[in-house]
Amino acid sequence: MILIEDLSKSFTLHNQGAAVIPVMEGASLSVAPGECVGLTGQSGAGKSTLMRMVWGNYLAAGGRIMVGGIDVATASPREIIALRRDRLGYVSQFLRVVPRVPTLEVVAEPLLALGTPPETAKARAAELLRQLNIPERLWGLSPTTFSGGEQQRVNIARGFAHPYPALLLDEPTASLDATNREVVLRLIEEAKARGAAILGIFHDEAARARVCDRLVDVTGFTPKVAA
Amino acid sequence: MGMMERVAVTSDQPLLRVEGLTKRYGSRIGCADVGFDLYPGEVLGIVGESGSGKSTLLSCLAGHLRPDEGAITYDRRDVLAMAETERRRLSRTEWAYVHQNPRDGLRMGVSAGGNVGERLMAVGARHYGGIREQAQDWLGRVEIAADRIDDRPAQFSGGMQQRLQIARNLVTGPRLVFMDEPTGGLDVSVQARLLDLLRGLVRDLGLSVIIVTHDLAVVRLLAHRLMVMKGGRVVEQGLTDQVLDDPQHAYTQILVSSVLQV
Repeated sequence: MILIEDLSKSFTLHNQGAAVIPVMEGASLSVAPGECVGLTGQSGAGKSTLMRMVWGNYLAAGGRIMVGGIDVATASPREIIALRRDRLGYVSQFLRVVPRVPTLEVVAEPLLALGTPPETAKARAAELLRQLNIPERLWGLSPTTFSGGEQQRVNIARGFAHPYPALLLDEPTASLDATNREVVLRLIEEAKARGAAILGIFHDEAARARVCDRLVDVTGFTPKVAA
Repeated sequence: MGMMERVAVTSDQPLLRVEGLTKRYGSRIGCADVGFDLYPGEVLGIVGESGSGKSTLLSCLAGHLRPDEGAITYDRRDVLAMAETERRRLSRTEWAYVHQNPRDGLRMGVSAGGNVGERLMAVGARHYGGIREQAQDWLGRVEIAADRIDDRPAQFSGGMQQRLQIARNLVTGPRLVFMDEPTGGLDVSVQARLLDLLRGLVRDLGLSVIIVTHDLAVVRLLAHRLMVMKGGRVVEQGLTDQVLDDPQHAYTQILVSSVLQV
């Protein structure tokens, strides 16, 4: 479901003498349906860079990223917009929403974008928020005022609202207490059970051991420094 | 909102196709060789500093200025070859234009209800009760209380005026909406409310929108795709978060890195 082949990436810093900084080369991995693959490697090794390339907000210099029947590395913006609507989900570490929009709607939004009737979408959102222990009195408020842990749970609820066949998870359990961590791990296990292909970054080693079927160390994708 | 028609957001035909669009002011370039496709349900953001050509481009697209070169195809019709009457009919029915300053898009001497109803009458609505009912419905959608229907826009706050302008523009069910800095000059909290409203309308009505702004936070939240202009030319275009997170052009890199927390 996610297939990455010989992927490379470099940044060109035009405002620093057009310095070209190669950050990745020869990255290859695959994630089968129902499988969760964890990316490992030190901070700065390129885990997030790789995730962003799959999501499509970082451009690839070369190689292929097959997800949901398209090659994200060469797809048009329009194809990527459609991919993100129904086939690829992303739980990032940051909640980026229009201020003032109530939490329930933030979570229901991916479903509304797919044309799900508002009542159905909101019922699903409510179910997830309840599971993730966001008190009902907060549902009508914007999550921008919430604590870090609450925001993260809202982000998770949003990412799991639609059963995407492919999912990217960036530290989904990072700032959660034991109870909510358990809820998230169970959501991940359920997603795997329904056949989702999941690529994730987990600093939480116990979580990683529990949900990941394989680990890929991105240090192997670091460009070799020319002698 | 339940009665709104949901429109399939994917379609294989672009609603608007722009090719090689160029406008000169004497020897100076307004915009040069601009091209893009806009599909139904898509929001295209155009950013750049003042003088970058973004407003000239919007004016050419909306038919307020005549480009010197290029082609504009709307729903398979050649816009530049159209008779003036036909183009005017389009801008009254299928197109809408939201001005930065609501005073440019509203009739200040006419009641809120009249501002909305007038647009309906311009496209042939004649039944007073029906017009008032629809006007009321639209004021509700943009969150203007029903008891303000007979008030004049001059009595409204800036944010309310902008929402009224949006209601006036959308009441006739346009398919393509041009917006020139629609949230400019508004308080941040009012801006957020307007953004939320616009997002909901785009999603529920399947609108295609071209929005010109210098506010990168606004395009991040509203636009699917982004076009960056400098000196009248498009220097970069792509998926909004790709252009903002991994800008390729020197100018875009400066633009993005100059902003506090986009």
